[in-house]
Amino acid sequence: MLTATRGRGRFDWTDWLTYAYLVLGLVLMFGPVLWLVLSSFKSAAALNEFPPRLLPYGQAMVQVPGRAEALPLFRVKLPDGTTREMVELRRIGIEATMVDPKKPEEEIKVNIRERERVREFHLATENYTEIFGKFNFARFLWNSVFITVIATLITLLFNAMAAFALSKYAFSGQKWVFLLILSTLMIPPTIILVPNFLVVSELGLLNSLWGVIWPAVATPTGVFLLRQYMLTIPDELIDAARMDHASEWRIFWRIILPLSAPALAVLAIFSVMWRWNDFLWPLIVLSRTENFTLQLALNAFQGELTTQWHYLLAMTVMTLLPITVVFAFLQRHITTGIASSGVK
Amino acid sequence: MRGLQRVLGVPRIGWVFVAPNLLILGLFTFVPIVINFYYAFTGGVQLYPSQRPFTGLENLETLFECGNYLDPSTCRKDLFWRALYNTAWFAFFQVALMVLFSLITALVLNRKIFGRGFFRGVFFYPVLLSPVVVALIWKWVLQREGVLNAILQGAGGTGAEWLNHASWAFFWSVFVSIWAHMGFYTLILLAGLQAIPADLYEAAEMDSASPWRRFSRITLPLLMPNLLVVLVLALIRAVQIFDEIFVLTGGGPGSATTFIVQFIYQTAFAESIRLYGLAAAASLVLAVTLLVLTLLQLRVSRKNANGRSGRGHG
Repeated sequence: MLTATRGRGRFDWTDWLTYAYLVLGLVLMFGPVLWLVLSSFKSAAALNEFPPRLLPYGQAMVQVPGRAEALPLFRVKLPDGTTREMVELRRIGIEATMVDPKKPEEEIKVNIRERERVREFHLATENYTEIFGKFNFARFLWNSVFITVIATLITLLFNAMAAFALSKYAFSGQKWVFLLILSTLMIPPTIILVPNFLVVSELGLLNSLWGVIWPAVATPTGVFLLRQYMLTIPDELIDAARMDHASEWRIFWRIILPLSAPALAVLAIFSVMWRWNDFLWPLIVLSRTENFTLQLALNAFQGELTTQWHYLLAMTVMTLLPITVVFAFLQRHITTGIASSGVK
Repeated sequence: MRGLQRVLGVPRIGWVFVAPNLLILGLFTFVPIVINFYYAFTGGVQLYPSQRPFTGLENLETLFECGNYLDPSTCRKDLFWRALYNTAWFAFFQVALMVLFSLITALVLNRKIFGRGFFRGVFFYPVLLSPVVVALIWKWVLQREGVLNAILQGAGGTGAEWLNHASWAFFWSVFVSIWAHMGFYTLILLAGLQAIPADLYEAAEMDSASPWRRFSRITLPLLMPNLLVVLVLALIRAVQIFDEIFVLTGGGPGSATTFIVQFIYQTAFAESIRLYGLAAAASLVLAVTLLVLTLLQLRVSRKNANGRSGRGHG
């Protein structure tokens, strides 16, 4: 049906439907993310407005000669019927004392109902800078980066070693080992939460980043992916190296690993994605705030009674940024990797 | 390593290379499976197995003690049954809609369209976002003074407290999880569509077959294996739903969006009295369900070879 090629410049009803669906999809899939990013640049006051504006606007501030700080700008309706833009010096009750920035010596008392705020386009970048000071954001970021980088490196090493053994040696019990590793595909982490908690606590890894790293590094997916790739590396290379008295480790490190780079890259992308986005297991293992990953910190802040959305939104954007950058540059590799291995 | 190599000989050194992986899998997968049974058949609130009294089937009996299985409020552990029913309904709606929309999206993206790579990226992008980020994006859109209510009121309608209303919270749980994962299944179906030989369509065009006929006689039958894989994979994932819904709704309002994994998590880790045995017993119920689904998956994907997995994160 909709898959047939059509050419000759005809644009029939199926094309209209197609593009309608695509536009709807664009709005639905991208709109919420875009809205999040736009909102994260709004000040706390702007976020409280309802209905919200599309773009971030903030209170316009004006520097007045003779005053240290910038003052908020208002549009004031004066008793003589004219309208002037004036800044507020101070306010008592419903009466505000205001001056015209051009005539800073002439103070006028104005009823606050006779004025409205002047707004201007303003990116509240302070949302982003303040999260570092106020919430130990750098610590959460570091925890996430540490877990992601270290777990990925160990995953690559361990999985490549196993894949090498399973593709380039013929030792007894090899098939059995391969099946054993593959069989763990059928055991999702969600069904062994309680006993895994015991194991991690017995190893003294509770509330340690290593308690998140170690259980995650022996991925059957990675072993399978790498083994399939290493099977395509010709055995003659290994035989030649053995003639030159290279040790088995050297063969692995100097020949097999470099030649498996494309498959390693795919696994690295997957692993970074998995570990960066992990939630349930870190939630169980890491209970002290200073050990929180970004995901746990976000979850903790959104659950607070008075959610400070302007900070939360900025933190959320910071959390999705690395994955978005990776995606922007490696989209093709990611999608072909997933399509060919069927995992995510 | 060289010393080991001399002792073991060349083929057997393979064991040394698989050892780290096997050790980790043993510690964090195989041993836990065994211990899980032990937990399921012991009681008390102690974590250490030696301090737990053996209680036989008591945990399972507690879970399954019901006046009427169709009415969770008559059950001793009513939350377990609510979670079970919620999960079943969730899986039903989410998987059906997931298959439908990923099929439509794959068909659309497989056409000769302007900006194809861009649109593929658009539909795939949410797949990479973390569940927490996904939940917060939608929480922000759906909140009382959020953009959705603003749009609805601007269009003359009325807004709603989407996440404080049981049926709406359930609806948005289904919606958000489809939003987040549809791109993955679309990709699998797209690969399937591209494997269909183009000359079949050319032949059909020469016979002037209608678009509907081309779809029902060529596309659908040839795509069936991929559709089945998507169906079962989505089912395995849906049964284990937790992360994004937990952050979005916290399982509420009440227990309207509490699913089985959240029940296990709460019972073992979030309550002041940690009932590890009960959680382990509930894990067994989940494990049996997943085992059935996985066997189904193996049957379905035997033709498609390749090691597609139901395991989401490794």
